[in-house]
Parts: sequence; structure tokens; C-alpha cells
Amino acid sequence: MLSDGVEDEEKWLAEGIAGFQQNAFCMHRALDSNNLRDALKYSAQMLSELRTSRLSPHKYYELYMRSFDELRRLEMFFKEETKRGCSIVDLYELVQHAGNILPRLYLLCTVGSVYIKSKEAPAKDVLKDLVEMCRGVQHPVRGLFLRSYLSQISRDKLPDIGSEYEGDVGTVMDAVEFVLQNFTEMNKLWVRMQHQGPAREKEKREKERSELRDLVGKNLHVLSQVEGVDLEMYKETVLPRVLEQVVNCKDELAQYYLMDCIIQVFPDEYHLQTLETLLGACPQLQSSVDIKTVLSQLMERLSNYASSSSEVLPEFLQVEAFSKLSGAIGKVIEAQPEMPVVGAISLYVSLLTFTLRVHPDRLDYVDQVLGACVKKLSGKAKAEDSKATKQVVALLSAPLEKYNDIVTALKLTNYPRVMDHLDHVTNKVMAVVIIQSIMKNNTYITTANRVEALFELIKGLIKDMDGTPIEELDEEDFKEEQNSVARLIHMLVNEDHEEMMKIITTVRRHILQGGPKRLPFTIPPLIFSALKLVRGLQGQEGDGVGEEGPVTSKKIFQLLHQTIETLSSVSSPELALRLFLQCAEAANDCDLEPVAYEFFTQAFILYEEEVADSKAQVTAIHLIIGTLQRMTVFGVENRDTLTHKATGYSAKLLKKPDQCRAVYACSHLFWVDEQDGIKDGERVLLCLKRALRIANAAQQMANVMRGSGGPVTLFVEILNKYLYFFEKGNPHITSNIIQGLIELIATEMQSDSSTHDPLADAFLASTMRYIQFQKQKGGLMGEKYEPIKV
Amino acid sequence: MVLVLALGDLHIPHRAPDLPAKFKSMLVPGKIQHIISPGNLCIKEVHDYLKSLCPDLHITRGEYDEDARYPETKTLTIGQFKLGLCHGHQVIPWGDLDSLAMLQRQLDVDILVTGHTHQFKAYKHEGGVVINPGSATGAYSSITYDVNPSFVLMDIDGLRVVVYVYELIDGEVKVDKIDFKKTATTH
Repeated sequence: MLSDGVEDEEKWLAEGIAGFQQNAFCMHRALDSNNLRDALKYSAQMLSELRTSRLSPHKYYELYMRSFDELRRLEMFFKEETKRGCSIVDLYELVQHAGNILPRLYLLCTVGSVYIKSKEAPAKDVLKDLVEMCRGVQHPVRGLFLRSYLSQISRDKLPDIGSEYEGDVGTVMDAVEFVLQNFTEMNKLWVRMQHQGPAREKEKREKERSELRDLVGKNLHVLSQVEGVDLEMYKETVLPRVLEQVVNCKDELAQYYLMDCIIQVFPDEYHLQTLETLLGACPQLQSSVDIKTVLSQLMERLSNYASSSSEVLPEFLQVEAFSKLSGAIGKVIEAQPEMPVVGAISLYVSLLTFTLRVHPDRLDYVDQVLGACVKKLSGKAKAEDSKATKQVVALLSAPLEKYNDIVTALKLTNYPRVMDHLDHVTNKVMAVVIIQSIMKNNTYITTANRVEALFELIKGLIKDMDGTPIEELDEEDFKEEQNSVARLIHMLVNEDHEEMMKIITTVRRHILQGGPKRLPFTIPPLIFSALKLVRGLQGQEGDGVGEEGPVTSKKIFQLLHQTIETLSSVSSPELALRLFLQCAEAANDCDLEPVAYEFFTQAFILYEEEVADSKAQVTAIHLIIGTLQRMTVFGVENRDTLTHKATGYSAKLLKKPDQCRAVYACSHLFWVDEQDGIKDGERVLLCLKRALRIANAAQQMANVMRGSGGPVTLFVEILNKYLYFFEKGNPHITSNIIQGLIELIATEMQSDSSTHDPLADAFLASTMRYIQFQKQKGGLMGEKYEPIKV
Repeated sequence: MVLVLALGDLHIPHRAPDLPAKFKSMLVPGKIQHIISPGNLCIKEVHDYLKSLCPDLHITRGEYDEDARYPETKTLTIGQFKLGLCHGHQVIPWGDLDSLAMLQRQLDVDILVTGHTHQFKAYKHEGGVVINPGSATGAYSSITYDVNPSFVLMDIDGLRVVVYVYELIDGEVKVDKIDFKKTATTH
């Protein structure tokens, strides 16, 4: 059917063109021989081809364009005729003898053009006559093209200001009146077009109509070009008349197109000054009109206008552009209850963009827009469709991008309320965007109140939200999210200790809601944030003793203790152990012995009860020994207890080499190479001897199990420890003992020459080189080393 | 001429949000041939970032590193130099030069790079050089107060290595330079 239709149309067009060309040919001959009568006859016959109603607008346009060209030649001919003495008035009469109305009116317009140029009658009278006469054609397509022709030939002949056709009798008012009338008539024809023909072809017809829209819109373009249309006339005459037509035609296609056309063709300044009128028309449009796109276009143009020059900004304030736009949007949303949520939100996005560009200082406006959006969203289920979600994200992202500063966004009370309307996943994405914005701009959040507001925004990352299904979270994504929260915690700082304490308690309150999966990520940064505060307090005089004052180290240590305990209860004992040790050292620095002891106790309890993995034990015991070695706060009793524990656990490690190394490390617990440091040479020696025994045992075990040499390297390590204390002046470590050890190692190495460990060989060699070096050094050290033979 | 970047103890995100922006803008891909890090990065994101700067990345395990596959110690040879890497929490007393020198003898290396104290150090001694690049983020440390962010760039050329120290002091990057020549008798 369809292909038949197309083929038929092609055929009809071909026929039309053939008839047209034949008559055009005859017309040309008549023109060449200056035969007016024949010229009129054949031109009328030629133009009769335009009477067809079988062609689609698209094909009809082809015919029209051919006619247009021919009529230009005819117009030249008419002009020459008048020069030859033929009266233009007579000509104007003569062409009206054409039998059919359509050719007659085309000819009349053509002569009319010459008539105006001759100035024998005022332009306004001729134009008025023509525009009235054209009413004679009421077929939509034919009428539209005819009037389009009229518009075309009259463009340069309007009695505009400064035009040669302006005069006492013809003013710009007449020009405007003429164009408006033509526009009105064309629009009526255009709207009526939808009712022509069978209902089943409506869709096709609407498509055809759409193709013709620029013929109608052209009139508005002409109006915008008229010099005499100043703001005053636009406001008083042009806009009200155009809008009247737009509203009254009650046609969706026409309304949408023409509103858009108005916004596009007239200057921004005019829109700003007539905002009320323009916006007033919006709620009166058909509810199916895509008014949000129209308004968005308008706001975008106004935004661009505002950013074009700062000089125009006062105008915006003067006309209260924001409140007018905001009011209009409210009314439109109200008038179109079936508008989908996404449409409404995209309107608010446009308004927000406008506000951020025109009134960046008016946070209250921004908040107002967000508030209106919340109102629209409330009662609806969480934004379910992805398009609406996208718009909400755009809405929330705009202020962040504009201000580059989350602190500003935190002042917007409606911001978190909008976020509440996002689905869980998007909410988290938005929260990550917020955190990234903070990190990117290096924004510090410096008050507890703002921290509170911030956590309200990112709560989707902080805790499990009510009613969210326990989703199968991607492990990597979850880690990344929680790490971003951890990074964020370092941005929440204030140099004022009291405020910082408030910030820490606020952060703590929020992150403790995170549950066992989040705490291992979020607690460590909080702990270190608090430890930094402790260090800040250390600088203050008189602190570290009293319990008075809003912020004391003791209070912070209490908080630290409770917080780390929480962590240890959620199966992160190794992390908790490390943090306890950090706190112990901080307490040491604050001279708080009982506190430091308590932290150590906690670390030991975790070691005993929770750290089972043998490798983890090795690391943990080294951290315990390393920390304990640095502690200066302990009295003899406490120190003995802890040292005893550490040494005991060292000797209980699973693998002999690990035991050996931990035990010789413990020797440093009895010898602190500082002025007031403990120097218990005897117990150092005991440790080293014990380490040697373990190394021996390891060696024997290796012999039994593998029939080969054991870890000789342990002996070399112990030798190095002996050398260390020998140099430090431990009286119990003598050159004799060292000599004995060197010989022992030599024996061990020789006893099993087949399985030499090259690493141990190299270690021994470099140790021997070192001894040699020390011997040659001279001075006290050289003397000390003198008896040792290598 | 080979450029080796040494940086460690970033403690991201436990103790610092990120590397200082000034450092980030200096560290661009394609300029560095090797990265060595004594550890405590602490998370994969940081590992991936370093990898993006230079694919030849050597890391030993700090006590806060989530990746358990990093070794406790590592040695590698670059040009004429043998380098050793270890975080240093295993070497007690922490940061003690004599004890680190013992580790250096054990690993039998010319240059030993360790961390843990968050304080930049470069010692020349009879057995070679011991370097601590400090903390690249200036992370809190129980050992060192007022940590400035720092890292080390080593320019290894034949028997000579020039150690550049970049330190961020009051928002400005200060560069210091230490020369070290390896004598043929060292080994």
C-alpha cells in the first residue's frame, strides 16, 4: 500500500511538472515577444498545477519552488511592462481576470510586488489588500504556500522604520500588523491541516505538518528582523498577539513549536523584560505540550545571557527573574499532573542551572529549588527509573561543581532530603561524588556541625540503610567506598582542640553504626585522628595531668580504648593490637603509666587469645618488643611484668628460627642505649645465650629431619648481636665469648660442607669484614677488637 | 643512568588521605625505571597508583599492608649496586643504625632502604649506605614528631649514586642531594 502510495505520488509529481514545464515554455515565448495577454494566460495555466491536492507537502514544495523561479521572471516582465507605459493599476486589475483563484492570487502578489515598488499606492494598502485577498484560499497546504509566497515577496517592502516604504500613511505598525495577520492566518491553516483526510492517516499527516512548521515560523523570524519592533512594541503588541494565537489554537504541535520559536528568534533582553507574559502563557498550553523543554530552553538562553556580561545582572534582579521562573515552573507542574517525575526534575535542574549562573550568591534560591524538588518527589517511591535518577544526580552535582566546595552544599538544608529520594545504589554513588569533590578541592571540614551534615549526606556509605535488601556487594567496590570514607576522615579537622574533640566524637558516633564489615576501614583513621589531637595537647602546658577541662588526653585515651575494643570484637584482632600499641606509645609520651600499661595489657590479651596464625604472631611479637623497647614510663615492676611476658611469648613461637630471632630481639629490652636507659648486661647475656640454645636446637632438629645443616645464619645473626652489645660496652660480653662464637660458627660451617648456604656464607663474610674494619679503625674501638682473631 | 624512586610509609588511608598534590604532580609515569618501597602503602589503590608510575615495583611488607604477599625482605641489583629492602619494624631497636647495619650485612647489599620511623635518613658507613626515605605522606608516627612528607630519588650511574631527597616543608618542596661512590674494595 505504502509503496503504491509513494509510486503514485511520484507519478503525479512527474505529471504536474510536465504540465508545468509545458506552460512555462509557452509563457517564456510570450514574455520574449512581449505578449502580455498570452503571458497571463500561460502563467495562470502554469500556476494551475499548484491546485493539486494529491501531493504531500514535500512534493508540493518542489512544484512551488519551480513556480517561485518562474514568477521572478514574470515579475521582471511586469516591471518592464510598466516602463513601456502600461499602468500598474491596470495590471493589478488585469491579473484578477484569471479564472481560478489560486493562480489569480499568485499573479496578484507578483504584480503587487511591482505595485509597491512603483510607490503609486502606499505599501500598507497594497499589503493589506493582498493579505485579505489570500483568505480566498482555505485549503491548508495551498494556502500555506501561497501565504509563504506573499511573505517572501513582501519581506523587503515592509513600511519599516528607515525603509523607503515608510511614510505618513504607512508606519511600522502597519508592517507589524501585516506580518501578524499573515502569521495568524497561516497558523490557522496549519492547525486545520490535521483535520484534513481520514483519521487513520493522522500520524502521517502530523509528520507532514511538522515539515511545514518553518513556513509558519518564518513570520516570527520576519517580525524579529523588523527594525521598528523595539522592546516597547514587542511587549505591547507583538508578543501578546502571537501568544494569543498560540494559546487559542489549542494544538500541541503548533504550541510547542511556536513557543520554542519565540524563544529562539527574539532577543534575550526582550524575554527578560516580558518574562511574566511569556511564562503566563505556559500553564494555558495543552497539557500534552512538552513545556519543560520549552522552559529549559528559555532558562538556558537566559543563563547564557546572564553570563555574557555582568552588566545585565541588575536587570535580572529588577524583573525578579528567579521568582517568576520558579513560580511558572510550579504552575506548569501543577497544571500537568501527568507529567512524569523525570520531566519535573529536569525542569528543576534547568532552574538550578539558571540560579547558579545568575545568582550564585543566593544559596537560599538554590535551597528553594531543591526544596521544590523534594516536594515533587515526596510521596513517590524512590526514583525508580534511571532517567529520573540521572536528573536527580544532575541536580545534586550542579552545586558541587559550581561552588567546588562542599561546605557550601552543607548549608543547603534540602540537599540531604533530595538525596533521600535516590535509590540505595545511586545514593552511594552520589556520596562518593561528594567525597571526591572534597578530596579534589582539598576542602577541610572544620566544625562538628558541618561534619554532622556531611555524614547525613554520605550515610549510604556509613551504615546499612533500612529496608535495603542485603545485596551481594562487589568486594572491590565496597573496599573502595570504605577507603574513600577513611580518606575523608582526615579532612575533618580543626586546630582548636575543643572543636576537634567534638569532631572526633561526631565521627565516632557515626562510624560505629557501620557494622563489622566497615569498622576495620573506618576505625583506624579515627584512631590516628585522635592520636594527633593527643599530640597537639602535649604541646599545651599543664595537660596530661588534670582531668578538668573539656579536652584532656585522659578523656581521649578512654575514647580510644573503647573504640579499639569495638574493633577487636569484630574479628580484626591484628589491627586492634597494632592500634593498642600505638596508643601505649602515645600514653608513654604523655607520661601516663597506668594508661600505657592498660593498652599493653590489651595488646597482650589479643595476642594470647586472638592471634593464632604463626606468621601473624611473629610480626605481632616484634611489634610488641619494638614498642616495649621504647617505653620509658614504666616503673620497675610494670616493666618486669611486660618484659617477662614478651620474652616468654618469644620463646613460644612455633618455628625455632622465629623463636631464636624474637628472643635475641628481647635482649634490647634490657639494654636501652640512652643516657637514662636501663642497662642490665647480665640479662642481655641471658637472652643471647637462650637464643644460642634455640639456634642449636634448630640445628639439631635440621640434622635429624633432613640430615643436613641447619640455619647457620642464625648463629651469624647472634654473633652480630654479641658484637652490638660488645661495642656498647656490656661488661658481660667479652672478646673471649665472641672468639668462642666465631669458632663455633666455623665448626658448624665445616661440619657440613656439602650444603653451604651461600647467603649465610656471604653474611659471615661481611661480618668478618666488619670485624676486620673495626680492628683497623684504631682508637678505643680498635683496642676493644684487638684480641679478636679472625 | 638509572632513576630509582624510593618511597614508603604512606599509610593511606589510615593516617593520610593521599599523597601531597605537589608530590603527585612531580611523579609522572615514564621517568622512573624502578620503584622500591619499604612498605605500609597500605591499600591496593596505592599499589596500583605506584604501578602506574612505573611497572617495575618492589615492595616489602609493612605491618599495616593489606597485601600479605609482600616479602619481609627483598634484594635486587641495579647496575653495579646491590639494593636491600625491608620495612624495618622487625629490626629492634627501631631506626637504630647499628642494627640496620647488621641487616645490611645479612642481606649483603650496598644500599639498604628501610622505613618505619617516618624520618628521612641517609647514612654512609663502611659497609655502604642506609637510607630511610621517610613517609611520603608525612603520616603520623609514634616514633617521630612533626613528620614532613618526603621521598628519595636515586640516580644510579656506574659506581656512583646520587641520592636526592624531596621534602615538603611548609608547602614548599625542598631538595637535598647526597653523593655516594662505591669503592671497588667494598666487595
